[in-house]
Formats: sequence, C-alpha cells, structure tokens
Amino acid sequence: MKRSGMTGQRLAAIFLMGWLLLDYPILSLFTRSGEIAGIPLLYAYLFGVWVLLIALMALVIERMRN
Amino acid sequence: MLQGSVIVLVSFAYLGVLFAIAYYGDKRSEAGRSIIANPYIYAFSLAVYCTTWTFYGSVGRAASSGIGFLPVYLGPTLAVALWWYVMRKIIRISKTYRITSIADFIASRYGKSQALGGLVTVIAVIGVVPYISLQLKAISGSFAILLHYPDIVMPAKVVARPFFQDTALYIAMTLAAFTILFGTRHLDATERHEGLVAAIAFESVVKLLAFLAVGAFVTFGIYGGFADIFQRAEESPRLQALTTLSNAGGSYATWSFLTFVSMLSIMMLPRQFQISVVENVDENHLGKAIWLFPLYLLLINIFVLPVALGGLMLFDARGVDADTFVLTLPMAQRKEALALFAYVGGLSAGTGMVIVETIALSTMVCNDLVMPVLLRQRWFRLNERRDASALLLSIRRGAITGILLLGYVHFRAAGEAYALVATGLISFAAVAQFAPAIFGGIYWKGGTRAGAIAGLSAGFAVWAYTLLLPSFAKSGWLPAEFLTGGPLGSALLKPQELFGLAGLDEISHCLFWSMLANIGTYVGVSLSGRAGVAEASQASLFVDVFRHTQGFERARIWRGSASVQDLLRLIGRFLGPDRAHEAFVAYARRRGLGSLDDVPADADLVQFAETQLAGAIGGASARVLVASAVHEEPPGLDEVMDILDEASQVRAYSRELEQKSRELEAATAELRAANTLLEELDRMKDDFISTVTHELRTPLTSIRAFTEILLDDPHMHPAERKRFLGITVKETERLTRLINQMLDLAKIESRSAEWHTTELDLNEVIRESAEATSQLFRDRNVALALALPQSGPRIMADRDRLMQVLINLLSNAVKFCPPREGRVEIRCSAVEGALRVDVQDNGPGISPSDHQTIFEKFRQVGDTLTGKPQGTGLGLPISRRIVEHFGGRLWVESDVGRGATFSFVLPLEAPAAAGGEPARKAAGTVE
Repeated sequence: MKRSGMTGQRLAAIFLMGWLLLDYPILSLFTRSGEIAGIPLLYAYLFGVWVLLIALMALVIERMRN
Repeated sequence: MLQGSVIVLVSFAYLGVLFAIAYYGDKRSEAGRSIIANPYIYAFSLAVYCTTWTFYGSVGRAASSGIGFLPVYLGPTLAVALWWYVMRKIIRISKTYRITSIADFIASRYGKSQALGGLVTVIAVIGVVPYISLQLKAISGSFAILLHYPDIVMPAKVVARPFFQDTALYIAMTLAAFTILFGTRHLDATERHEGLVAAIAFESVVKLLAFLAVGAFVTFGIYGGFADIFQRAEESPRLQALTTLSNAGGSYATWSFLTFVSMLSIMMLPRQFQISVVENVDENHLGKAIWLFPLYLLLINIFVLPVALGGLMLFDARGVDADTFVLTLPMAQRKEALALFAYVGGLSAGTGMVIVETIALSTMVCNDLVMPVLLRQRWFRLNERRDASALLLSIRRGAITGILLLGYVHFRAAGEAYALVATGLISFAAVAQFAPAIFGGIYWKGGTRAGAIAGLSAGFAVWAYTLLLPSFAKSGWLPAEFLTGGPLGSALLKPQELFGLAGLDEISHCLFWSMLANIGTYVGVSLSGRAGVAEASQASLFVDVFRHTQGFERARIWRGSASVQDLLRLIGRFLGPDRAHEAFVAYARRRGLGSLDDVPADADLVQFAETQLAGAIGGASARVLVASAVHEEPPGLDEVMDILDEASQVRAYSRELEQKSRELEAATAELRAANTLLEELDRMKDDFISTVTHELRTPLTSIRAFTEILLDDPHMHPAERKRFLGITVKETERLTRLINQMLDLAKIESRSAEWHTTELDLNEVIRESAEATSQLFRDRNVALALALPQSGPRIMADRDRLMQVLINLLSNAVKFCPPREGRVEIRCSAVEGALRVDVQDNGPGISPSDHQTIFEKFRQVGDTLTGKPQGTGLGLPISRRIVEHFGGRLWVESDVGRGATFSFVLPLEAPAAAGGEPARKAAGTVE
C-alpha cells in the first residue's frame, strides 16, 4: 500500500479534476456556439478533456511501474 | 447476395469462432498457460460494458439529444480513476473470501445473510431484464433490417406477429443455448471462465473495429471528414442544437445524474462485477486497465456524433430510426460487406453482454435464490446427495434460459415504447441501488444487515414505482391515468413527479428519490440498530481486508470440531469428488504437509472448505452446509469482539508488549536480587578474608614476637625461655587449629566433606566426648555431670562429626566456666521423633542479643579487642552446620549471669541428605 500510496492519491486527484471539468458549471462555459478547427467547441472540449484525463492516468500508472 | 441464409450462416460462423476461442482459452487455462493473464485482455474484456446500447443506441441518443450520449462513457472514465482504491479493495475481498457475484458480495458482507443475497438477486434480475431485452431488440432488429437489403425497412411492430414467427425468440433461444455451452460446462470453485473472457475480449475488438469502420466510412467516405459534417450540420438549426447542451431547464441536471449513475453502473452491473472482479486474474492488471479501458470508450465514441449527424442529414425525415444508423448508412450506400461487418459488430456487442450478464445472473439465482431454498427443504436432503454438481449446473442452465425468456417477454411487451438507451438506463438506475450497500460495506463498519436490507428494499421500491411501473404504463400494461393523474387521483404521488418534483427527466427523478430513500434508510437503520456478532465480524474482515491479508492470517473466528474426511465428502458432492480431492491435496501441499492425513481439522481447514464451497454455491449457503458437517460452536462474544474491534490488533500488540515488559521487569528484579546477593557475598568474602587475615595475624604476631625475643637474647633465663617457647607452641597449635577448622568449614559449606553415616549409640558418643575433654575439665577444675537415659538411644549419624560437635560444646562450656566453682552438665533425652542433647554450664551467660551472632564465623562474645581470644570463632558455626546436616537444630538458651545451655536435637529418622552424602566422595579428607 505504501508504494502505491501516491499513485492512488494522484488518480483520485485526476478523478476530482475530471469531474469538475466535465460537469456544470465549468461545462456551461463551453456550451456556446463556436468551433475549433471546424469542430464544435463543446465537442472539442469534451473530447479534449477526455484525452487529457486518459493521458494523465496513463502517465501516473506507467510512471509508477518504472 | 445478402439472403437470410447468408446472414444466419455468418451469425453462426461468428458464434462458432467465439466458441473456438473460448475452448482454446479453457484448454490453455487447464494447461496452466493462461492466454488472458495480461492487462490488455483484461481491459478489452471490461469493454463488455459497451453493448448494442453503445453500438446502435448511442447514435440514436445522439440524434435526439446530441452530446447527451456521452455522460454514460465519461462517468466510467472518471470512476476508473478511483478503481485504484475501490476496485482493488473489492477484488481483494472477493479473492480472499471466494466471492462469485455481487449478490454473494453483499450477502457475505452483511453476515452471510441469505435474505440479503436473495434480495440482491431479485433486484438484479428484475433490474437487468430491460437491458437484456434491449439487446434482443437490437439484434433482432438489425437482423430484420439486413434481411431486406438493399431496401431499408424498419422492423414491423413485433407484436403484430405471432411469437413463433418472431426472430427475437429464436435469437433469445440461440443465445441461451450458446451461453449454457459457454458458461456452465463444468463447475469451478472460483467461478472463473478463462475461455469466456478470451471470447469477450475478442468480441470487444470486433465491435470496436466494426464501429470504427462504419464511423470512418460515414465521416470520410460519405462526407469529407469531421469538419465537413459539422459544417453541414451547422446549416440546419435543428442539427446545430445537437452540438451544444440544450438550454432547456434540467439539462445540466440530466448530464450530472447520468454521469453519476454510469459511474456506479460500471461497478454495480452484474456482468461488470463478473468480468472486473470474478474473472480478474491478477490484481495488478487493474493498473493498465485504468487508462486502457477509458481509451477504448473514447475510441468507440469518436464517430458517434458524426454518424448521427450524417444519418439525420442523409435520411432526412424518411422514417429511419436513428438507433439503426450504424447499419442503415452502409446499406444506403450499398456497401454490402460493411453492412455485414456492422451487423456482426452489433451481434458481438449484444452477445457479449447477454452471455456475461446471464452467466452472472444465473450464478446469483442458483447460489443466492435457489440453493438457500433447497437447503431449507428437509425432504430434499440436498446435503446428503452424493453428487450435487449436476443439480447445480441444471439450476444454472434453467436460470439462463429463464432470464433470456424474461428478456424476450419484456421485449415483446415494452420493446417499442423506448429507445435503446432509455431502456438501458432503467437498468442502470436499478443496479445503482447496490452502491450504498457495497461502498458502505467496504468502508463503513457500521453498516448493518438490517440497514442494507432496508436501504435496498426502499431504493428498489422507489425505482420500481418511478421508473418500472411508468414504463409499463407507457407500454399500455397499466392505464395511462397512472402516469398523468397519479394513483388514486393523488397528484402528489404521480410516479414521475413524486411529491411534486418536476423539471427532472425520468432517470434523474428516479435516481434522486431512490438514492435518497436507499442511502437514508441504509444509514438510518444501520445507526439505529446494532450489528450481530457474525455481521460485525464480516464487516471487519471486509473493511480491513488489506490488514487481514497483509501480514496477518485471516481472523479465525471459529471453534468446533470437524473431520477432514467429512469436509472432503461435503465439498466432493458439489465440486465432484476428483476436483475436491485435488483441491484438498493442493491445500495440504500449501501448508507444507505431505499427505491429506496430516491435515489438522482446524479452523483454517474449515475456512478453506467454506471458501471452496462458496465458489460453487455462494457464501451464505456454504456457511449453512459447512455448519452441518462440522459441529460448530458459535464463537464466543469475547473472541469475536477481540477481532472486530478496530483497535484489536493494536490492543493485542500492546497486551503482548505489556506482558513482555512485565516479564522483563520480573527478570530485572531477579537480576537485581542476584546482583545484591553477589554484592553481599562479595562483601562477605572481603569481610571473611579480612577477618581470617586478622585471626591468622594474631597468633603469627605473637609467635614472631616471642621467637624474635628468643633470637635476640641468647642468655635468657631457661625458665623464661621455656615459657616463651611454650607460648610459641600454643600459638602455633592455635594457628594449625584455625587453619584446619577453616578448611573444615569450607568443605562443609561447599558440600565436599566426607560423611560416614552409621548407626550410633548416642550415650556412648557422649561418654567418649566427655572422656576426650576430661583433661580440660581437670585442668580448670570444673565438674562434669552426665545425665543419660538407661537404654542407649540409637541414631544415624557420622561418629567423628558428632563427637566434634560435642567436644566443641564441652570445651566451650569449660572455657567460660569459673574455675573451681564451674559445673557443666550433659543431658540426653528423647523428644518426639528426635533426641535432644543439652550442654549446660554456669558461666557468665550470653546476652540474648548475641544468641545468633555467636553462630557466625569468627564472632566471639566478649571484647575481642582487649580480651585475649579464647577460641578460633569457628567452632560453633561448624557445629551448627554439622547438626543441620543431620537434619537437626543447634541453639542456645541463656541470660547474662545465669549460665548458658547449648542444645541440639537430632531426628531419629535420618534425613535423606544424610543418607545421600556418603556416596559423594570428597577430594580431601577431613582433619
């Protein structure tokens, strides 16, 4: 448990950050019309955050292994 | 082209491939070379989460609510981040206690409660039936649509057709048969199906590739990429709304509630529990899965909105159900192979879900619903059957068929009233009811069985009232007034606007009220009651699973007696005799024992047997069965409390510590005492040496002084010279005597003196002693009187030693007697069991304060500084040692001016010490 103590905490932080970014009210900041490279803003934002979360989790998990 | 036979053939070929993979996986597993023992297969198998709901339904959902399809995937993405804590704990608990289903988990946590296991099973079956029905609907729908290729015809109202013409029924039956082949070929104590997992992982790959193929085709084949689709959609205000969250009230609430419910569902769905917990090979696979599984979800969702938008634009108002776009878009473009691939993808998504879900549910139905009932039926004599494994398998097969039939019935009844996703969400809300009992169960020891039962019941009741019954009403099973006016015309009780709560969609509305009721009653009832002994013990085992499995042996709250053979027979009935024997031998080997006969029938073995059995029939039933085989005494409250108490380990430690420190203190005290004794001895030795040197120096000094005078004065008067020489001789004698006595005392004290115990006539010894000292008496003109009994009393003693004592006492007496008037008397008399000898004188007497000191070495009464010492100071100590050696006692009775009486008693029976001494040969001889 000790070895993985930090990993668990980092993942929990990612969880909290993700929930914050993917829910009201922050989500409402992106529900206006607009686009990034032809892709609607909200759609781009959601998938962007999603990719970010996965990348962070991968980073935390894989770094622990090394 | 795409005739019905081709589609059927492809379908069966696909199922055949799945079966081959499963078969291969099982074979490899039996050979000990698992193909699923890596995190990638684990992550892919977790994707059983993505069903036809995802494959077909997401596009349908996106077509109606735009981005609203996403929370169902964002929720799990967030939830897996917490798996490091939560899922690891659930997996550890389940592996440690051989838990095989979510019902088993909850039942075990709350004191292996059969009632709770049954309740969870009922909720799971009823809750998941709509979910299974949606798979049947999607599969049969896709089959029907593909059958009409190249025309795009929506499946006719299924109810219009008699059931025997309904493909969905045949699909349901085929799936049941396939699941039975897959999941219930044999019983395994761990309830793991390696081949199945391999097949599910394969299905996940197929459905992902199929969806990506369709998505890429629509996005890049039909349209010119993402930007192109979105740009075209921008032109239609209706489609544009899909790319933002609509501003209608409650939309964010829906988003939040859906995220929340899917966070719970990813853990609470029976099939997810089966795959992520029960089928988990290695806890460490969780790590990679934490980011691989969300990645899978991301990939399978990338093309959802483009496909939905593309479909809406292409089929603009042509009556094509958006739930079928994934299939109908390739068909509309005449892409036969792609359409067929899409169909296979949908088939894999549906079959994967149905297979795992029904296996999980059938395990629960068998272990937590049917078995407890059968065990209660005395006439059934279940626990006396020779081999019940066939019975178990039959129950499971029946359960699989039954559940699929239920799904089919639901599909016929309500299938068309809801879109795919809406149907699935009903199930999500149902399984979310397990969350309080599970999370409370693994993190809160205070949760009780009564609380869990109350919470689950309340949550389930609210769910049924606000979601299930309305779905029946919408399907026409119940009157529509039930929805619009509320039961009994009470508007406050309107199922979808309970207590007037409006503005939420039906799922959020149900979740709010059901979770409120569930958590509220769970916590409330738990806090208002007390947990039973068994419950509290399980609570501690679950909540502190990491403590119990790391370093500590499992708490063994068990007392009783069992025989190894009884347990082996019992397990054999359910697992089959061979399998059971194998397991027991493996167990013996694990404990480092050569054979089964060496295994002690202890708590550990009973625990082992129970967990083996738990795998086959569930924890609650296993407990009942094992209890029937072992004569179990209920654990004493003290024992249990010992283990449960949060501080029990700490307390045990501190008790041990206290014990140790007490022992240490005792040892220290002993050491200190020994040290004091040593110091005392050391001091005594110093005293002794200084006394001895002093005693030796006195005669030596006088010898030296007189011989020097004789040497210096050769013309000394002969008389004077004679007197000086006489003194010198006497002093020399005294020196010799002193040294001899010191040696003697040392020998006696070190127990190396020689003793020659014989039978003696005490009268005779006394007379001889008197004879030996007679000269002394004559010299000092002291009278000696003997008062001896007539018959000579006989005694066991060493003659010389006894004479030594008597002579010593006599010479002492004569020494202190006044000359001429002196009178010494020796009396011998018999006292009970002993002989008493008194030596009485009429000397100056000894003050009572000196009665003890005179027996110490070199202590002489009188002023030794001025008066000339009259003896060596060793006579009495030696005498006392000798008398004590014969088991007697030497003491003095005297008062100043009244003479002194030295007395000793000798027991008539010689003590053992006296008898044993002669055998001991001393190195030197006595005097």
